[in-house]
Amino acid sequence: MTDLTFLPGRTALEAVGLGARHRRGWALRDCSFRVPAGRVCALVGPNGAGKSTLLSVAAGLRRADEGALAVLDGAPGGPGVRPRVSYLAQEKPLYPYFTVEDTLRMGRELNPGRWDAAAAERLVKEGNLPPHARVGQLSGGQRTRLALALAFGKRPELLLLDEPMSDLDPLVRHEMTAALMTEAAENATTIVLASHVLAELEGVCDYLLLVGDGRVRLAGEVEDLLSAHRVVVGRHEGGAPPRSFAAHTVISSRTTGRQLTAMIRPEGPIAGQWETEEPSLEDLLLAHLRNPGAPSLLTPSAEPRSRKAAA
Amino acid sequence: MALVEFRIDRRSGVATYLQIVQQVKQALRLGLLEPGDKLPTAKEVVAATAINPNTVLKAYRELDREGLVEARPGLGTFVRRSLARPGASADSPLRAELAGWAERARAAGLDREDAAALVTSVLDEVFDEVRGRLEGRAGAQPLEGTG
Repeated sequence: MTDLTFLPGRTALEAVGLGARHRRGWALRDCSFRVPAGRVCALVGPNGAGKSTLLSVAAGLRRADEGALAVLDGAPGGPGVRPRVSYLAQEKPLYPYFTVEDTLRMGRELNPGRWDAAAAERLVKEGNLPPHARVGQLSGGQRTRLALALAFGKRPELLLLDEPMSDLDPLVRHEMTAALMTEAAENATTIVLASHVLAELEGVCDYLLLVGDGRVRLAGEVEDLLSAHRVVVGRHEGGAPPRSFAAHTVISSRTTGRQLTAMIRPEGPIAGQWETEEPSLEDLLLAHLRNPGAPSLLTPSAEPRSRKAAA
Repeated sequence: MALVEFRIDRRSGVATYLQIVQQVKQALRLGLLEPGDKLPTAKEVVAATAINPNTVLKAYRELDREGLVEARPGLGTFVRRSLARPGASADSPLRAELAGWAERARAAGLDREDAAALVTSVLDEVFDEVRGRLEGRAGAQPLEGTG
């Protein structure tokens, strides 16, 4: 493979005004974004932000209450879409009384004409899962491996994973991440990976969707989002932020003694004596998570196309 | 079989693709990679390091842009030219002299950081002087040759 996996013209997910209600209120509200095909997209947000709801709407397991979400240009869970999407829920539902072998057979029989036995078996073999062991007797890491094997065996165009690595030890996590990235490299599979372990995303994801309070806060290429922000450090006294920041969007700002540390979205050159550098992914996410009021930012490729067409 | 293996440090603050670019250049300097050698495929790198495949390709494109490697569609990415210079190889007399110097520095009671600081200060002195001379001359050629 010598070509990038993205297919910028094709769309994996596109939400316009998407809303989903749960018992006590809105889990998602007025969400509009686009994830181009071929991306490895991190879906990040605090607990209860709506990540799992978004994934289950995309998987076709629950309906949107407002607006719409298109998956691979079709309706979520529709007959033309469901066979092309794998979804792995957080609790990794598998049948505890099935053996490893039974589970793989189930994958084959439920996905006629699409099942890639070699891909599924490779993952199971690499983990030395005993074929006749019952799922209920496997360790957490082994169950995750088997669940991922089912998800890969389907040869999906879109892989939706809800906190897939949360119960894995560091070695298995590395192996599973490598398996995911290999899948992306071989088949240009679009991967949407919900996680709140920020460290496991750096170097893995090239696209980002940050949700908070049911709304989209950041969406776009990781590189472009990082380069749109600056960490600014310098000498400043007094509580109010420096006047020269008024021209920019300030995401966070705090003063310790005489030192001011801020994250801003510059709208041009930053006046004054400041040290500036591009934030790390973790810096960027933490600053936005700590400041829920910061304005949202979508890069051009993350703007839904149908809204533009309608406008 | 892969000829080089990349070590990715996610906490280094250096962009992942740049770490790959720097490690390929280092391998070219040390002669671990020679013209005609094939770089590991994106899939091989990804399987070993668990990084995004597009990062590997971005690094290879950067090396291609600098004329160090070329992508042959369907075959892979190959080294076009070396950065090794005869004087800098593992068995060169210059290296042997430096190894002797390092031994003497240790015998004199210097630790690794003391020795590194000395080397850096001498390098700064010598190379900055050369650069200063070259920059002072109109139409000076850069130090690096083409081959």
